Amino acid sequence: MNDIVLNVSNIGKHFGGLQALENVNLQIEAGKTHAIIGPNGAGKSTLLNVCVGRIKPDTGSVKFLGDNLTGRKPHEINQLGVARVFQTPEIFPELTLLRNVMVPAFAKREGAFKLNAFRKVDNEAEVRDEAEHILEDVGLKEQMNGLAGSLSRGDKRRLELAMCLIQHPKLLLLDEPTAGMSRHDTNRTIDLLRLIKERGMTKVIIEHDMHVVFSLADHISVLAQGQIIVEGSPDMVRGNARVQEAYLGGAHV
Amino acid sequence: MAQLWHRNDLLLMGVFTLAVLAMPLWLAPFGAGYPDLLQKLAIYGIFAIGFNILFGLTGYLSFGHAAFLGVGSYAAVWSFKLFTMNVLPAVLFGTLLAGVFAALIGFISLRRSGIYFSILTLAFAQMSYNLAYSVLTPITNGETGLQLTQSDPRIIDRLYVEATSGLPSTELFGLKMSGYPGFYFCAAILIIAFFFSVRIFNSPFGVKLLAIKSNQTRMGYTGYNTRPYLLVAFVISGMYAGLAGSLLAVTDPLAGAERMQWTASGEVVLMTILGGAGTLIGPLLGAGLIKYFENVFSAYNEAVLHQIFAMLPDWLQSAMVFVVNPFVGEGWHLTLGALFVLIVIFLPGGIMEGIRRLSSLVRRIIARSRRDGLQAA
Repeated sequence: MNDIVLNVSNIGKHFGGLQALENVNLQIEAGKTHAIIGPNGAGKSTLLNVCVGRIKPDTGSVKFLGDNLTGRKPHEINQLGVARVFQTPEIFPELTLLRNVMVPAFAKREGAFKLNAFRKVDNEAEVRDEAEHILEDVGLKEQMNGLAGSLSRGDKRRLELAMCLIQHPKLLLLDEPTAGMSRHDTNRTIDLLRLIKERGMTKVIIEHDMHVVFSLADHISVLAQGQIIVEGSPDMVRGNARVQEAYLGGAHV
Repeated sequence: MAQLWHRNDLLLMGVFTLAVLAMPLWLAPFGAGYPDLLQKLAIYGIFAIGFNILFGLTGYLSFGHAAFLGVGSYAAVWSFKLFTMNVLPAVLFGTLLAGVFAALIGFISLRRSGIYFSILTLAFAQMSYNLAYSVLTPITNGETGLQLTQSDPRIIDRLYVEATSGLPSTELFGLKMSGYPGFYFCAAILIIAFFFSVRIFNSPFGVKLLAIKSNQTRMGYTGYNTRPYLLVAFVISGMYAGLAGSLLAVTDPLAGAERMQWTASGEVVLMTILGGAGTLIGPLLGAGLIKYFENVFSAYNEAVLHQIFAMLPDWLQSAMVFVVNPFVGEGWHLTLGALFVLIVIFLPGGIMEGIRRLSSLVRRIIARSRRDGLQAA
């Protein structure tokens, strides 16, 4: 089980005078849930943006199962098997929930471009069934014919998660998947992510909620001021003095 | 479920076909039952349907679609001049050449989105317009416009018939394309064009275009290369414009540069928004309404107005004519402008939104009266 899915080496990135990331190295093992924690502005989201091609790093490289991701376009990276949940949900507000989930399924089936202007969406029973199934998993099946834009923020996040899951990605990147959710919804999401883990999906998760982190993570990296200061198992990170100082501070862990 | 949808589509197409073919009947009471205007309604309907495939589905607002209309017209007239007066090759050439043009302009314009895309398309259309007036005069015949002449080669026609003294007219295998045959030819093409648009709207391709309009960033992270999708939509809608342009040449075989002017591009935007962008029927309604008003209102003058208000007392009659006069005749654009302002402010979804609101109101009233009836019983 020691296959490396994602290998981040020597990533550096600065915006103007701000060094956002400095010499960051990460190895994500297959089937594991790897959490990245750290205070606001530590560079966590920037790191994910580098991984999905949104930001080009100044130095270093990101390798995904042997493919180099640096310099690739977002759609190419997704087609290789990387899906991402954003900090502010990126969904299709004007489409129904069902269509929101069917569109990514088409991308998985057909690739980056296919001109199927004469098929009928309503005849795509297979994709539709799968979409309904996934919506049931995230608890949104009842609303599936409503417009995604009318959902609450927490529900939008779960919809976005469903949009990623239907692609069966080899690597799922989650940027604060429970932010803005009620305690009840957070727990549901944790259960869902545990279920995904049992199916063997590799995940990188950025999270502020320590309850979520310690419920899910196999491995934790602590990022502060653009550098990884501590890396290890949850128990080790929990007890580390530098982490307490840099981040956890007054938080009850 | 799939079967049910199928039946709905058939119903839609059936009703649509009947409505189009019966246009001479049901538009006659409105004073629009003559072939010239009917033909225009059908042609601009095609133009608007095509524009809606780009604007309604992807949200990319082109301000240069008149260029494709013009290219279609020029190509069709050249087909009449060089090959044959048969309209089928003319329509084919017009559509294909507009498609090639759209591919070139779209390839460059689609590097930007939003207002910058609109400005790029506008710039290209104005360039085409000015070129047609100046440098391209050998092809476009400049200000005079491209017309048929006695000395045209018409290679294919010459194989069968000798040139006669008069100018030939456009025909479909011997059937002259003037009057009602001309309208029914355009109507048949309108029906086919509408059918294609329905298919595109209901296809995975159409849903992906809508998703691009909704959130293009997400489309990228979902694994789609959005550029080719947009380009295909742009080319398809350009081809619809070319088709409409060539049909304009079928009804009247001449082509002028003014067909490419930005006002013509703006008109199709008005039609689409007025009717309801992103709806299947809306753009058609918008096109019909604008072309109908253009013909009817612009024909009014002071004398006609005096007749209309003849039953009023003299002083009131003069006052009414004074008030209404600026809105008719050459001033009918004022009516159009006012109508457009009202629609955009009160019905942003266009006429189709108005119809939807009305029908839901009626349904609510019926439901209430039925409930009251039950309670009474």
